[in-house]
Amino acid sequence: MSEFQDPDMSAPGTKMHKKSVLELRDVSIFYTENQAVKDVSFNIRRNKITAIIGPSGCGKSTLLRSLNRMNDFVEGARVEGELLFADENLYGKDVDPVEVRRRIGMVFQKPNPFPKSIYNNIAWGPVINGYNDSTDELVEKSLKQAALWDEVKDRLHESALNLSGGQQQRLCIARALAMEPEVLLMDEPCSALDPISTAHIEDLMFELKQRYTIVIVTHNMQQAARISDYTAFMEMGDLIEFNVTKRIFTRPAVKRTEEYVTGRFG
Amino acid sequence: MPLSSEQESINLARRHRKARLFTLICGMVTWSGVLLLAVLLYQVSIDGFRWLDWQFIDSFPSRFPERAGIKSALVGTLWLIGLVALISIPVGVSTALYLEEFAGKGKIAKIIEVNIANLAGVPSIVYGILGLAIFVRYMALERSLVSGALTMSLLILPVIIIASREAIKTVPMSIRYAAYSLGATKWQTTWAHVLPASFPGIMTGVILALSRAIGETAPLIMIGALTFVAFLPEGPMDSFTALPIQIYNWVSRPQEEFHQLAAAGIIILLAVLLLMNATAIYIRNKTERRLK
Repeated sequence: MSEFQDPDMSAPGTKMHKKSVLELRDVSIFYTENQAVKDVSFNIRRNKITAIIGPSGCGKSTLLRSLNRMNDFVEGARVEGELLFADENLYGKDVDPVEVRRRIGMVFQKPNPFPKSIYNNIAWGPVINGYNDSTDELVEKSLKQAALWDEVKDRLHESALNLSGGQQQRLCIARALAMEPEVLLMDEPCSALDPISTAHIEDLMFELKQRYTIVIVTHNMQQAARISDYTAFMEMGDLIEFNVTKRIFTRPAVKRTEEYVTGRFG
Repeated sequence: MPLSSEQESINLARRHRKARLFTLICGMVTWSGVLLLAVLLYQVSIDGFRWLDWQFIDSFPSRFPERAGIKSALVGTLWLIGLVALISIPVGVSTALYLEEFAGKGKIAKIIEVNIANLAGVPSIVYGILGLAIFVRYMALERSLVSGALTMSLLILPVIIIASREAIKTVPMSIRYAAYSLGATKWQTTWAHVLPASFPGIMTGVILALSRAIGETAPLIMIGALTFVAFLPEGPMDSFTALPIQIYNWVSRPQEEFHQLAAAGIIILLAVLLLMNATAIYIRNKTERRLK
Protein backbone atom coordinates (compact mmCIF):
# COMPACT_ATOMS: atom_id res chain seq x y z
CA MET A 1 0.00 0.00 0.00
CA SER A 2 2.81 2.35 0.87
CA GLU A 3 4.07 2.45 -2.69
CA PHE A 4 0.84 4.19 -3.61
CA GLN A 5 1.03 6.63 -0.80
CA ASP A 6 1.47 10.09 -2.08
CA PRO A 7 3.91 11.97 0.12
CA ASP A 8 2.42 15.19 -1.09
CA MET A 9 -1.17 14.53 -0.15
CA SER A 10 -0.74 16.57 2.99
CA ALA A 11 -3.09 19.35 3.94
CA PRO A 12 -2.66 22.87 2.59
CA GLY A 13 -0.39 25.06 4.67
CA THR A 14 2.12 22.39 5.62
CA LYS A 15 5.62 22.33 4.27
CA MET A 16 4.86 19.61 1.79
CA HIS A 17 2.11 21.71 0.38
CA LYS A 18 4.66 23.99 -1.27
CA LYS A 19 5.39 21.26 -3.73
CA SER A 20 2.21 22.33 -5.44
CA VAL A 21 2.43 24.89 -8.19
CA LEU A 22 -1.27 25.19 -8.87
CA GLU A 23 -4.04 24.55 -6.42
CA LEU A 24 -7.58 24.14 -7.61
CA ARG A 25 -10.24 24.73 -4.98
CA ASP A 26 -13.88 24.14 -5.83
CA VAL A 27 -13.34 25.25 -9.39
CA SER A 28 -16.54 25.47 -11.43
CA ILE A 29 -16.64 26.61 -15.03
CA PHE A 30 -19.75 27.70 -16.87
CA TYR A 31 -20.49 28.36 -20.51
CA THR A 32 -23.34 30.85 -20.17
CA GLU A 33 -25.82 28.55 -18.41
CA ASN A 34 -24.07 25.22 -18.93
CA GLN A 35 -21.81 24.03 -16.17
CA ALA A 36 -18.84 22.30 -17.78
CA VAL A 37 -16.75 21.75 -14.65
CA LYS A 38 -18.23 21.16 -11.19
CA ASP A 39 -16.44 21.94 -7.93
CA VAL A 40 -13.13 20.41 -8.86
CA SER A 41 -10.32 20.47 -6.29
CA PHE A 42 -6.83 19.05 -6.62
CA ASN A 43 -3.23 20.18 -6.56
CA ILE A 44 -0.73 20.20 -9.39
CA ARG A 45 2.74 19.32 -8.26
CA ARG A 46 6.02 20.84 -9.24
CA ASN A 47 8.19 18.92 -11.72
CA LYS A 48 5.56 16.25 -12.15
CA ILE A 49 3.32 15.34 -15.01
CA THR A 50 -0.33 15.50 -14.16
CA ALA A 51 -2.72 13.90 -16.63
CA ILE A 52 -6.39 14.74 -16.90
CA ILE A 53 -8.35 11.94 -18.50
CA GLY A 54 -11.99 11.24 -19.15
CA PRO A 55 -14.51 10.67 -21.93
CA SER A 56 -15.26 13.35 -24.55
CA GLY A 57 -17.13 16.33 -23.18
CA CYS A 58 -16.16 15.63 -19.57
CA GLY A 59 -14.73 19.13 -19.18
CA LYS A 60 -11.07 18.21 -19.13
CA SER A 61 -10.00 20.59 -21.88
CA THR A 62 -12.14 23.32 -20.40
CA LEU A 63 -10.45 22.83 -17.06
CA LEU A 64 -7.02 22.92 -18.68
CA ARG A 65 -7.76 26.12 -20.54
CA SER A 66 -8.88 27.76 -17.33
CA LEU A 67 -5.40 27.23 -15.89
CA ASN A 68 -3.86 29.94 -18.06
CA ARG A 69 -7.01 31.92 -18.68
CA MET A 70 -7.41 30.87 -22.28
CA ASN A 71 -11.10 30.52 -21.46
CA ASP A 72 -11.25 34.30 -21.42
CA PHE A 73 -11.56 34.13 -25.21
CA VAL A 74 -14.62 31.92 -25.10
CA GLU A 75 -17.72 34.02 -25.03
CA GLY A 76 -19.85 33.47 -21.95
CA ALA A 77 -17.24 31.41 -20.10
CA ARG A 78 -17.14 32.05 -16.37
CA VAL A 79 -14.93 30.58 -13.65
CA GLU A 80 -15.89 30.23 -10.01
CA GLY A 81 -13.84 28.98 -7.10
CA GLU A 82 -10.15 29.51 -6.55
CA LEU A 83 -7.21 28.70 -8.77
CA LEU A 84 -4.12 29.43 -6.73
CA PHE A 85 -0.87 30.00 -8.55
CA ALA A 86 1.98 31.04 -6.25
CA ASP A 87 -0.65 31.70 -3.59
CA GLU A 88 -2.50 34.12 -5.79
CA ASN A 89 -5.89 33.52 -7.36
CA LEU A 90 -5.49 33.42 -11.14
CA TYR A 91 -8.90 35.00 -11.44
CA GLY A 92 -8.26 37.72 -8.88
CA LYS A 93 -9.23 41.27 -9.69
CA ASP A 94 -5.76 42.70 -10.20
CA VAL A 95 -4.32 39.71 -12.04
CA ASP A 96 -3.33 40.47 -15.61
CA PRO A 97 -4.24 37.50 -17.82
CA VAL A 98 -1.39 38.39 -20.19
CA GLU A 99 1.05 37.94 -17.31
CA VAL A 100 -0.60 34.63 -16.41
CA ARG A 101 -0.17 33.31 -19.93
CA ARG A 102 3.44 34.41 -20.01
CA ARG A 103 4.15 32.25 -16.96
CA ILE A 104 1.89 29.32 -17.80
CA GLY A 105 2.52 28.15 -21.34
CA MET A 106 0.33 26.04 -23.56
CA VAL A 107 0.61 23.52 -26.37
CA PHE A 108 -2.54 22.94 -28.36
CA GLN A 109 -4.25 19.92 -29.80
CA LYS A 110 -3.46 20.77 -33.38
CA PRO A 111 0.05 22.05 -34.09
CA ASN A 112 -0.37 25.78 -34.68
CA PRO A 113 2.98 27.27 -35.67
CA PHE A 114 2.91 30.85 -36.87
CA PRO A 115 3.15 31.13 -40.66
CA LYS A 116 6.67 32.46 -40.23
CA SER A 117 10.18 31.06 -40.08
CA ILE A 118 11.15 28.43 -37.53
CA TYR A 119 13.44 30.97 -35.92
CA ASN A 120 10.78 33.64 -35.59
CA ASN A 121 8.26 31.18 -34.23
CA ILE A 122 10.47 30.79 -31.20
CA ALA A 123 12.00 34.23 -30.86
CA TRP A 124 8.77 36.20 -31.10
CA GLY A 125 7.30 35.36 -27.70
CA PRO A 126 10.37 36.29 -25.66
CA VAL A 127 11.01 39.41 -27.75
CA ILE A 128 7.55 40.88 -27.25
CA ASN A 129 7.93 40.17 -23.56
CA GLY A 130 11.06 42.27 -23.39
CA TYR A 131 13.79 39.65 -23.81
CA ASN A 132 16.83 41.48 -25.10
CA ASP A 133 19.65 38.97 -24.94
CA SER A 134 20.77 37.14 -28.03
CA THR A 135 17.79 35.31 -29.43
CA ASP A 136 20.14 33.00 -31.38
CA GLU A 137 21.11 31.20 -28.21
CA LEU A 138 17.58 31.11 -26.95
CA VAL A 139 16.30 29.60 -30.19
CA GLU A 140 19.00 26.95 -30.14
CA LYS A 141 18.40 26.11 -26.51
CA SER A 142 14.64 25.87 -26.91
CA LEU A 143 14.88 23.72 -30.01
CA LYS A 144 17.33 21.42 -28.24
CA GLN A 145 15.01 21.10 -25.28
CA ALA A 146 12.23 20.14 -27.65
CA ALA A 147 14.50 17.62 -29.38
CA LEU A 148 14.10 19.35 -32.71
CA TRP A 149 17.42 21.12 -33.11
CA ASP A 150 19.22 18.46 -35.14
CA GLU A 151 16.39 18.24 -37.63
CA VAL A 152 16.05 21.95 -38.29
CA LYS A 153 19.36 23.62 -37.48
CA ASP A 154 20.20 24.06 -41.16
CA ARG A 155 16.90 25.64 -42.07
CA LEU A 156 16.00 27.91 -39.21
CA HIS A 157 14.89 30.60 -41.58
CA GLU A 158 12.59 28.44 -43.62
CA SER A 159 8.87 28.52 -43.03
CA ALA A 160 7.64 26.48 -40.09
CA LEU A 161 4.78 25.27 -42.25
CA ASN A 162 7.17 23.10 -44.24
CA LEU A 163 7.76 20.89 -41.21
CA SER A 164 5.90 17.62 -40.67
CA GLY A 165 3.06 17.49 -38.17
CA GLY A 166 5.19 15.95 -35.45
CA GLN A 167 7.97 18.46 -36.03
CA GLN A 168 5.46 21.30 -35.96
CA GLN A 169 4.16 20.12 -32.62
CA ARG A 170 7.68 19.94 -31.21
CA LEU A 171 8.25 23.42 -32.58
CA CYS A 172 5.16 24.56 -30.68
CA ILE A 173 6.61 22.97 -27.55
CA ALA A 174 9.93 24.72 -28.18
CA ARG A 175 8.06 27.97 -28.67
CA ALA A 176 6.33 27.54 -25.33
CA LEU A 177 9.59 26.54 -23.61
CA ALA A 178 11.38 29.63 -24.89
CA MET A 179 9.22 31.60 -22.46
CA GLU A 180 10.58 29.48 -19.58
CA PRO A 181 7.08 28.88 -18.27
CA GLU A 182 6.54 27.68 -14.76
CA VAL A 183 3.83 25.33 -15.93
CA LEU A 184 3.33 23.82 -19.36
CA LEU A 185 -0.24 22.92 -20.30
CA MET A 186 -0.72 20.40 -23.08
CA ASP A 187 -4.13 19.89 -24.60
CA GLU A 188 -4.09 16.45 -26.28
CA PRO A 189 -0.76 17.30 -27.89
CA CYS A 190 -0.47 13.99 -29.72
CA SER A 191 -3.98 13.47 -30.98
CA ALA A 192 -3.14 14.78 -34.45
CA LEU A 193 0.14 12.89 -34.68
CA ASP A 194 1.30 9.49 -35.88
CA PRO A 195 2.63 6.91 -33.36
CA ILE A 196 6.30 7.71 -34.01
CA SER A 197 5.83 11.43 -33.46
CA THR A 198 3.77 10.61 -30.39
CA ALA A 199 6.60 8.51 -28.96
CA HIS A 200 8.96 11.41 -29.65
CA ILE A 201 6.83 13.80 -27.70
CA GLU A 202 6.30 11.38 -24.83
CA ASP A 203 10.07 10.92 -24.50
CA LEU A 204 10.39 14.64 -24.58
CA MET A 205 7.94 15.08 -21.73
CA PHE A 206 10.04 12.82 -19.51
CA GLU A 207 13.00 15.08 -20.18
CA LEU A 208 11.03 18.22 -19.61
CA LYS A 209 9.64 17.34 -16.24
CA GLN A 210 13.11 17.76 -14.75
CA ARG A 211 12.62 21.46 -15.25
CA TYR A 212 8.96 22.08 -15.82
CA THR A 213 5.62 21.19 -14.38
CA ILE A 214 3.38 19.65 -16.99
CA VAL A 215 -0.37 19.24 -17.10
CA ILE A 216 -1.60 17.14 -20.00
CA VAL A 217 -5.09 16.41 -21.17
CA THR A 218 -5.28 13.18 -23.07
CA HIS A 219 -7.80 10.90 -24.61
CA ASN A 220 -5.34 8.13 -24.64
CA MET A 221 -5.31 6.18 -21.38
CA GLN A 222 -2.16 4.25 -22.25
CA GLN A 223 -0.46 7.56 -22.72
CA ALA A 224 -1.61 8.83 -19.34
CA ALA A 225 -0.46 5.58 -17.73
CA ARG A 226 2.91 5.75 -19.48
CA ILE A 227 3.92 9.29 -18.85
CA SER A 228 2.10 10.84 -15.93
CA ASP A 229 2.84 10.85 -12.22
CA TYR A 230 -0.64 11.92 -11.20
CA THR A 231 -3.93 11.36 -12.89
CA ALA A 232 -7.24 13.12 -12.54
CA PHE A 233 -10.23 11.26 -13.91
CA MET A 234 -13.20 13.40 -14.85
CA GLU A 235 -16.68 12.57 -16.03
CA MET A 236 -19.55 14.94 -16.84
CA GLY A 237 -17.70 17.86 -15.27
CA ASP A 238 -17.06 16.07 -11.99
CA LEU A 239 -13.67 15.05 -10.73
CA ILE A 240 -14.25 11.38 -10.01
CA GLU A 241 -10.83 10.54 -8.73
CA PHE A 242 -7.41 12.08 -8.36
CA ASN A 243 -4.39 10.09 -7.30
CA VAL A 244 -0.94 8.92 -8.25
CA THR A 245 -1.16 7.42 -11.70
CA LYS A 246 -0.10 3.93 -10.68
CA ARG A 247 -2.93 3.81 -8.22
CA ILE A 248 -5.52 5.05 -10.69
CA PHE A 249 -4.57 2.40 -13.19
CA THR A 250 -4.14 -0.54 -10.86
CA ARG A 251 -6.33 -0.09 -7.82
CA PRO A 252 -8.64 2.89 -8.28
CA ALA A 253 -10.83 3.78 -5.34
CA VAL A 254 -13.92 4.46 -7.40
CA LYS A 255 -15.61 1.81 -9.48
CA ARG A 256 -16.34 4.26 -12.30
CA THR A 257 -12.63 4.97 -12.68
CA GLU A 258 -11.89 1.30 -12.95
CA GLU A 259 -14.54 0.88 -15.62
CA TYR A 260 -13.07 3.73 -17.60
CA VAL A 261 -9.41 2.79 -17.38
CA THR A 262 -10.17 -0.80 -18.28
CA GLY A 263 -11.98 0.45 -21.36
CA ARG A 264 -15.49 -0.53 -20.45
CA PHE A 265 -16.83 2.83 -21.61
CA GLY A 266 -15.72 6.17 -22.99
CA MET B 1 -38.35 -2.19 -54.46
CA PRO B 2 -34.93 -1.85 -56.13
CA LEU B 3 -34.79 -0.49 -59.64
CA SER B 4 -34.16 -2.93 -62.44
CA SER B 5 -30.83 -2.43 -64.12
CA GLU B 6 -32.63 -1.32 -67.29
CA GLN B 7 -34.52 1.41 -65.47
CA GLU B 8 -31.37 2.39 -63.75
CA SER B 9 -29.39 2.88 -66.93
CA ILE B 10 -32.18 4.98 -68.47
CA ASN B 11 -32.26 7.00 -65.32
CA LEU B 12 -28.52 7.45 -65.31
CA ALA B 13 -28.45 8.52 -68.95
CA ARG B 14 -31.05 11.16 -68.22
CA ARG B 15 -29.10 12.46 -65.26
CA HIS B 16 -25.95 12.68 -67.33
CA ARG B 17 -27.85 14.57 -70.02
CA LYS B 18 -29.05 17.06 -67.44
CA ALA B 19 -25.56 17.56 -66.12
CA ARG B 20 -24.22 18.18 -69.63
CA LEU B 21 -27.00 20.66 -70.35
CA PHE B 22 -26.23 22.56 -67.17
CA THR B 23 -22.52 22.70 -67.98
CA LEU B 24 -23.37 23.97 -71.46
CA ILE B 25 -25.60 26.75 -70.13
CA CYS B 26 -23.02 27.87 -67.58
CA GLY B 27 -20.32 27.88 -70.23
CA MET B 28 -22.43 29.91 -72.63
CA VAL B 29 -23.25 32.50 -70.02
CA THR B 30 -19.60 32.85 -69.07
CA TRP B 31 -18.40 33.12 -72.65
CA SER B 32 -21.05 35.63 -73.61
CA GLY B 33 -19.60 37.97 -71.00
CA VAL B 34 -16.09 37.44 -72.30
CA LEU B 35 -17.28 37.90 -75.87
CA LEU B 36 -18.96 41.17 -75.03
CA LEU B 37 -15.78 42.42 -73.45
CA ALA B 38 -13.78 41.36 -76.48
CA VAL B 39 -16.13 43.20 -78.84
CA LEU B 40 -15.89 46.28 -76.66
CA LEU B 41 -12.10 46.17 -76.60
CA TYR B 42 -12.00 45.59 -80.35
CA GLN B 43 -14.28 48.54 -81.03
CA VAL B 44 -12.28 50.81 -78.76
CA SER B 45 -8.98 49.76 -80.28
CA ILE B 46 -10.24 50.30 -83.84
CA ASP B 47 -11.30 53.82 -82.93
CA GLY B 48 -8.52 54.77 -80.63
CA PHE B 49 -5.28 53.18 -81.74
CA ARG B 50 -4.71 55.66 -84.52
CA TRP B 51 -4.46 58.46 -81.98
CA LEU B 52 -2.41 56.62 -79.48
CA ASP B 53 1.11 57.97 -79.54
CA TRP B 54 3.48 59.79 -77.29
CA GLN B 55 2.14 63.12 -78.47
CA PHE B 56 -1.31 62.07 -77.19
CA ILE B 57 0.04 61.14 -73.79
CA ASP B 58 2.27 64.18 -73.51
CA SER B 59 -0.18 66.91 -74.59
CA PHE B 60 -2.74 68.96 -72.79
CA PRO B 61 -6.32 69.01 -74.04
CA SER B 62 -7.02 71.27 -76.98
CA ARG B 63 -9.95 72.22 -79.12
CA PHE B 64 -8.03 70.90 -82.12
CA PRO B 65 -8.23 67.13 -82.01
CA GLU B 66 -4.82 66.59 -83.60
CA ARG B 67 -3.18 68.59 -80.85
CA ALA B 68 -5.28 67.32 -77.97
CA GLY B 69 -3.75 64.99 -75.41
CA ILE B 70 -4.41 63.38 -72.10
CA LYS B 71 -1.45 64.51 -70.03
CA SER B 72 -3.29 66.54 -67.40
CA ALA B 73 -5.99 63.89 -66.98
CA LEU B 74 -3.49 61.07 -66.63
CA VAL B 75 -1.41 62.95 -64.09
CA GLY B 76 -4.59 64.02 -62.28
CA THR B 77 -5.75 60.41 -62.05
CA LEU B 78 -2.40 59.26 -60.71
CA TRP B 79 -2.45 62.02 -58.09
CA LEU B 80 -6.01 61.16 -57.19
CA ILE B 81 -5.39 57.45 -56.80
CA GLY B 82 -2.28 58.05 -54.76
CA LEU B 83 -4.14 60.33 -52.37
CA VAL B 84 -7.14 58.02 -52.19
CA ALA B 85 -4.85 55.12 -51.31
CA LEU B 86 -3.13 57.19 -48.63
CA ILE B 87 -6.45 58.10 -47.05
CA SER B 88 -8.57 55.02 -47.53
CA ILE B 89 -6.13 52.20 -46.78
CA PRO B 90 -5.20 53.21 -43.21
CA VAL B 91 -8.75 54.20 -42.33
CA GLY B 92 -10.34 51.17 -43.96
CA VAL B 93 -7.95 48.58 -42.60
CA SER B 94 -8.03 50.07 -39.11
CA THR B 95 -11.81 50.02 -39.15
CA ALA B 96 -11.84 46.41 -40.28
CA LEU B 97 -9.36 45.44 -37.57
CA TYR B 98 -11.37 47.24 -34.95
CA LEU B 99 -14.62 45.61 -35.99
CA GLU B 100 -13.14 42.13 -36.25
CA GLU B 101 -10.68 42.04 -33.38
CA PHE B 102 -11.64 44.62 -30.82
CA ALA B 103 -15.27 45.68 -31.03
CA GLY B 104 -16.76 42.40 -29.83
CA LYS B 105 -20.23 41.34 -30.80
CA GLY B 106 -22.18 44.16 -29.17
CA LYS B 107 -25.10 46.10 -30.50
CA ILE B 108 -23.03 49.07 -31.62
CA ALA B 109 -20.71 46.86 -33.64
CA LYS B 110 -23.77 45.33 -35.28
CA ILE B 111 -25.16 48.75 -36.15
CA ILE B 112 -21.85 49.86 -37.66
CA GLU B 113 -21.66 46.63 -39.62
CA VAL B 114 -25.12 46.99 -41.15
CA ASN B 115 -24.47 50.61 -42.01
CA ILE B 116 -21.20 49.85 -43.75
CA ALA B 117 -22.93 47.20 -45.83
CA ASN B 118 -25.59 49.75 -46.73
CA LEU B 119 -23.05 52.43 -47.59
CA ALA B 120 -21.44 50.08 -50.08
CA GLY B 121 -24.67 50.22 -52.06
CA VAL B 122 -25.14 54.00 -52.11
CA PRO B 123 -24.89 55.47 -55.65
CA SER B 124 -21.65 57.30 -56.25
CA ILE B 125 -23.39 60.54 -57.19
CA VAL B 126 -24.66 60.75 -53.62
CA TYR B 127 -21.10 60.66 -52.38
CA GLY B 128 -20.39 63.42 -54.87
CA ILE B 129 -23.09 65.61 -53.35
CA LEU B 130 -21.77 64.82 -49.88
CA GLY B 131 -18.24 65.70 -50.96
CA LEU B 132 -19.44 68.94 -52.50
CA ALA B 133 -21.26 69.94 -49.33
CA ILE B 134 -18.64 68.91 -46.82
CA PHE B 135 -15.20 69.09 -48.41
CA VAL B 136 -15.62 71.70 -51.14
CA ARG B 137 -17.99 74.10 -49.36
CA TYR B 138 -17.97 73.51 -45.61
CA MET B 139 -14.30 72.68 -45.17
CA ALA B 140 -13.46 75.12 -47.97
CA LEU B 141 -11.03 72.76 -49.65
CA GLU B 142 -12.19 74.12 -53.01
CA ARG B 143 -12.31 72.04 -56.14
CA SER B 144 -8.98 70.50 -55.31
CA LEU B 145 -7.38 67.10 -55.51
CA VAL B 146 -7.89 66.73 -51.76
CA SER B 147 -11.63 67.23 -52.09
CA GLY B 148 -11.74 64.67 -54.85
CA ALA B 149 -9.59 62.21 -52.96
CA LEU B 150 -11.60 62.54 -49.76
CA THR B 151 -14.84 62.03 -51.66
CA MET B 152 -13.49 59.02 -53.50
CA SER B 153 -12.18 57.62 -50.22
CA LEU B 154 -15.64 57.81 -48.71
CA LEU B 155 -16.96 56.03 -51.75
CA ILE B 156 -14.58 53.09 -51.57
CA LEU B 157 -14.16 52.80 -47.82
CA PRO B 158 -17.08 50.39 -47.40
CA VAL B 159 -15.60 48.11 -50.04
CA ILE B 160 -12.17 48.16 -48.40
CA ILE B 161 -13.64 47.55 -44.97
CA ILE B 162 -15.80 44.65 -46.05
CA ALA B 163 -13.00 43.00 -48.03
CA SER B 164 -10.50 43.50 -45.21
CA ARG B 165 -12.88 42.03 -42.67
CA GLU B 166 -13.34 38.96 -44.81
CA ALA B 167 -9.57 38.62 -45.09
CA ILE B 168 -9.13 39.01 -41.34
CA LYS B 169 -11.82 36.42 -40.69
CA THR B 170 -9.90 33.81 -42.63
CA VAL B 171 -6.98 33.97 -40.19
CA PRO B 172 -7.47 30.85 -38.06
CA MET B 173 -8.23 31.37 -34.37
CA SER B 174 -5.47 28.89 -33.55
CA ILE B 175 -2.88 31.47 -34.63
CA ARG B 176 -4.37 34.02 -32.26
CA TYR B 177 -4.47 31.50 -29.43
CA ALA B 178 -0.85 30.59 -30.06
CA ALA B 179 0.12 34.23 -29.70
CA TYR B 180 -2.00 34.78 -26.60
CA SER B 181 -0.56 31.69 -24.95
CA LEU B 182 2.89 33.29 -25.22
CA GLY B 183 1.78 36.27 -23.21
CA ALA B 184 1.00 38.54 -26.15
CA THR B 185 -1.48 41.33 -25.80
CA LYS B 186 -4.32 41.68 -28.24
CA TRP B 187 -2.51 44.44 -30.08
CA GLN B 188 0.72 42.44 -30.38
CA THR B 189 -1.24 39.48 -31.67
CA THR B 190 -3.08 41.59 -34.20
CA TRP B 191 -0.06 43.49 -35.43
CA ALA B 192 2.39 40.60 -35.65
CA HIS B 193 0.13 37.79 -36.82
CA VAL B 194 -3.40 38.68 -37.82
CA LEU B 195 -2.49 41.61 -40.04
CA PRO B 196 0.37 39.93 -41.94
CA ALA B 197 -1.65 36.76 -42.42
CA SER B 198 -4.58 38.68 -43.85
CA PHE B 199 -2.41 41.03 -45.92
CA PRO B 200 -2.87 39.27 -49.29
CA GLY B 201 -6.66 39.35 -48.92
CA ILE B 202 -6.63 42.97 -47.83
CA MET B 203 -4.45 43.90 -50.81
CA THR B 204 -6.92 42.29 -53.18
CA GLY B 205 -9.80 44.24 -51.68
CA VAL B 206 -7.87 47.50 -51.74
CA ILE B 207 -6.91 47.14 -55.37
CA LEU B 208 -10.43 46.27 -56.44
CA ALA B 209 -11.69 49.32 -54.58
CA LEU B 210 -9.04 51.60 -56.08
CA SER B 211 -9.86 50.27 -59.52
CA ARG B 212 -13.41 51.27 -58.95
CA ALA B 213 -12.30 54.74 -57.88
CA ILE B 214 -10.22 55.15 -61.04
CA GLY B 215 -13.24 54.71 -63.24
CA GLU B 216 -15.68 56.81 -61.25
CA THR B 217 -16.88 59.94 -62.98
CA ALA B 218 -20.03 61.12 -61.27
CA PRO B 219 -18.64 62.19 -57.89
CA LEU B 220 -15.79 64.03 -59.56
CA ILE B 221 -18.15 65.95 -61.80
CA MET B 222 -20.22 66.73 -58.75
CA ILE B 223 -17.35 68.18 -56.78
CA GLY B 224 -16.27 70.08 -59.85
CA ALA B 225 -13.18 68.50 -61.22
CA LEU B 226 -12.53 70.60 -64.31
CA THR B 227 -12.96 69.34 -67.80
CA PHE B 228 -10.42 71.56 -69.42
CA VAL B 229 -7.13 71.69 -67.56
CA ALA B 230 -4.06 72.88 -69.39
CA PHE B 231 -1.65 72.54 -66.51
CA LEU B 232 -0.41 69.83 -64.17
CA PRO B 233 -1.42 69.82 -60.52
CA GLU B 234 1.59 70.49 -58.36
CA GLY B 235 0.13 69.82 -54.95
CA PRO B 236 -2.94 68.31 -53.35
CA MET B 237 -4.66 71.70 -53.18
CA ASP B 238 -4.57 72.27 -56.94
CA SER B 239 -7.56 71.81 -59.17
CA PHE B 240 -7.41 68.88 -61.52
CA THR B 241 -9.08 66.67 -64.03
CA ALA B 242 -9.09 62.91 -64.32
CA LEU B 243 -9.21 60.33 -67.11
CA PRO B 244 -12.91 59.48 -66.96
CA ILE B 245 -13.83 63.16 -66.98
CA GLN B 246 -11.65 63.87 -69.98
CA ILE B 247 -13.15 60.89 -71.76
CA TYR B 248 -16.64 62.00 -70.87
CA ASN B 249 -15.89 65.46 -72.17
CA TRP B 250 -14.55 64.19 -75.48
CA VAL B 251 -17.43 61.82 -76.01
CA SER B 252 -19.95 64.60 -75.53
CA ARG B 253 -18.45 66.70 -78.34
CA PRO B 254 -20.02 66.50 -81.77
CA GLN B 255 -16.85 65.94 -83.84
CA GLU B 256 -15.99 62.39 -84.77
CA GLU B 257 -12.27 62.98 -84.06
CA PHE B 258 -12.98 63.66 -80.42
CA HIS B 259 -14.90 60.40 -80.12
CA GLN B 260 -11.80 58.65 -81.36
CA LEU B 261 -9.72 60.56 -78.85
CA ALA B 262 -12.09 59.33 -76.17
CA ALA B 263 -11.44 55.77 -77.33
CA ALA B 264 -7.72 56.39 -77.03
CA GLY B 265 -8.32 57.76 -73.56
CA ILE B 266 -10.21 54.61 -72.64
CA ILE B 267 -7.24 52.53 -73.74
CA ILE B 268 -5.00 54.57 -71.43
CA LEU B 269 -7.48 54.15 -68.58
CA LEU B 270 -7.61 50.40 -69.12
CA ALA B 271 -3.85 50.25 -69.24
CA VAL B 272 -3.58 52.04 -65.89
CA LEU B 273 -6.15 49.66 -64.44
CA LEU B 274 -4.39 46.59 -65.75
CA LEU B 275 -1.08 47.84 -64.43
CA MET B 276 -2.58 48.34 -60.98
CA ASN B 277 -4.18 44.92 -60.92
CA ALA B 278 -0.99 43.29 -62.09
CA THR B 279 0.95 45.03 -59.33
CA ALA B 280 -1.59 43.87 -56.79
CA ILE B 281 -1.44 40.28 -57.95
CA TYR B 282 2.35 40.41 -57.91
CA ILE B 283 2.46 41.76 -54.36
CA ARG B 284 -0.17 39.27 -53.23
CA ASN B 285 1.61 36.27 -54.69
CA LYS B 286 4.89 37.39 -53.25
CA THR B 287 3.56 37.82 -49.73
CA GLU B 288 1.51 34.65 -49.95
CA ARG B 289 4.57 32.65 -50.81
CA ARG B 290 6.45 34.18 -47.92
CA LEU B 291 3.65 33.17 -45.56
CA LYS B 292 3.46 29.65 -46.91
